[in-house]
Amino acid sequence: MSLLKVTIDNHTIEVPAGTTILQAARLIGKEVAPPAMCYYTKLATSGGYCRTCLVKVSKGSEKDPRPMPKLVASCRTTVMDGMEVQNFTSPEVIEARKGVVEFLLINHPLDCPVCDQAGECHLQDLSYENGRSYSRYEFERRTFDKIDIGDKIKLHMTRCILCYRCVKVADQLTPGRGHGVINRGDVSEISTYIEHAVDNEFSGNMIDVCPVGALTDRTFRFKSRVWFLKPMDAHRDCDKCSGKAVVWKYGNDIYRVTGRKDQWGEVDEWICNTCRYDKKDAKDWTVEGPRKIEKTSVISQNHYEAGTKFVASPETLPVKQLS
Amino acid sequence: MKQLTNRSKVVSDKSMTMAEAAYLPAVFTGLGITLKHFFRKPATLKYPEQKREFTAVYRGRHVLKRDENGAERCTACGLCAVSCPAEAITMVADERKKGEENLYREEKYAAIYEINMLRCIFCGLCEEACPKQAIFLTTEIAPASYEREDFIWGKDRLVEGVESTKRIDITARQDR
Repeated sequence: MSLLKVTIDNHTIEVPAGTTILQAARLIGKEVAPPAMCYYTKLATSGGYCRTCLVKVSKGSEKDPRPMPKLVASCRTTVMDGMEVQNFTSPEVIEARKGVVEFLLINHPLDCPVCDQAGECHLQDLSYENGRSYSRYEFERRTFDKIDIGDKIKLHMTRCILCYRCVKVADQLTPGRGHGVINRGDVSEISTYIEHAVDNEFSGNMIDVCPVGALTDRTFRFKSRVWFLKPMDAHRDCDKCSGKAVVWKYGNDIYRVTGRKDQWGEVDEWICNTCRYDKKDAKDWTVEGPRKIEKTSVISQNHYEAGTKFVASPETLPVKQLS
Repeated sequence: MKQLTNRSKVVSDKSMTMAEAAYLPAVFTGLGITLKHFFRKPATLKYPEQKREFTAVYRGRHVLKRDENGAERCTACGLCAVSCPAEAITMVADERKKGEENLYREEKYAAIYEINMLRCIFCGLCEEACPKQAIFLTTEIAPASYEREDFIWGKDRLVEGVESTKRIDITARQDR
């Protein structure tokens, strides 16, 4: 298979045909990878909604060197041979991304002190790293009532940024589709159609894929803040899933269980609802050791082991899926 | 050797003169200094009967404020605890039930909020981190006690009273 040469922010890499700009940028490293709120490597057809991954293609390809007329969504644009892409080096991209963040935050309630996602929220990271510190929006924000999706998941529609990741989880991970998006445009909302409970074994993964605090674990609701807990890699024998998870401990108590996320915030292996909700006894799990948390994360606060940089293992590289 | 400052004194081991060997002049000089202090204004106060005037931004004991309707402002977000360099603050959150809207301002509140006053270094970072204007330091001194347990302050001692007479005024610190 021939490899295509692509240059992103002056880093050149060779990738197989069909790779998107975002995947190529992630292969180079965190310094050039555009942020992504809706794209999820493990969910097919995800991406293209949030526009945070916009990049500038200053040279289309070797054969046709004209630049692309507008900024393109890097998660949905595949690379061409000789393509040159500007991400953080382009002031136009940085300005456009500020606008996108402002749009995403227009209806976001900013109730971070109450929200369980605070501290591991991608929208917090995104707005801190790429956004403005103020908003020009002065109208009333859209509000919804809180909805219980089943007895384990709480939906705060006001916090949702409509990334569709949870809908893809319901579509692709669980046999019967339990929930989707109803209505259109700025009134669209995640719904289960008359609040039908989502009760299949892998539905809990929609909590992990949600980049904001729209879908949260009701068994962990207001129990603690993520930075007071100590994440530990742990596993158990499970007949439904791999059993590899992260247990969030406070002393010897397990407050919650989540999937293991890689450096892009994406779950490595889906875990089942039994592991996630019902196994909160320390005896259920074999603890492998403390999870390595990036030093810049608030979760590493007051934990005394040195934070280490993530190193992408070959299994987690997105390129593998393309062959 | 070159002197860096002119404050150092050269040590000499010459033998003492007659007056120095008698010590008495030095003793009387010392007594004189002590005597002089009898007629000076004392540097100390007779606390707690007398209290010293503090600046408006003095960092004394904490208070958890209520809003104008008497509802607790604290939502147990944990930012004070994570910013605390002495790790003196602990809290447990709970969900507000129906009918408790007049007690707690947000849907989440601190069911337990404790400050270990022995650990606290009164740096004021909690006050600075608070996104809800809930915790403030006051110009009051944290009282002493004989029991260690008395220094673990719970919500009973931290939250200000509902009545307007029991409110603790912190507007001066907010205006600074």
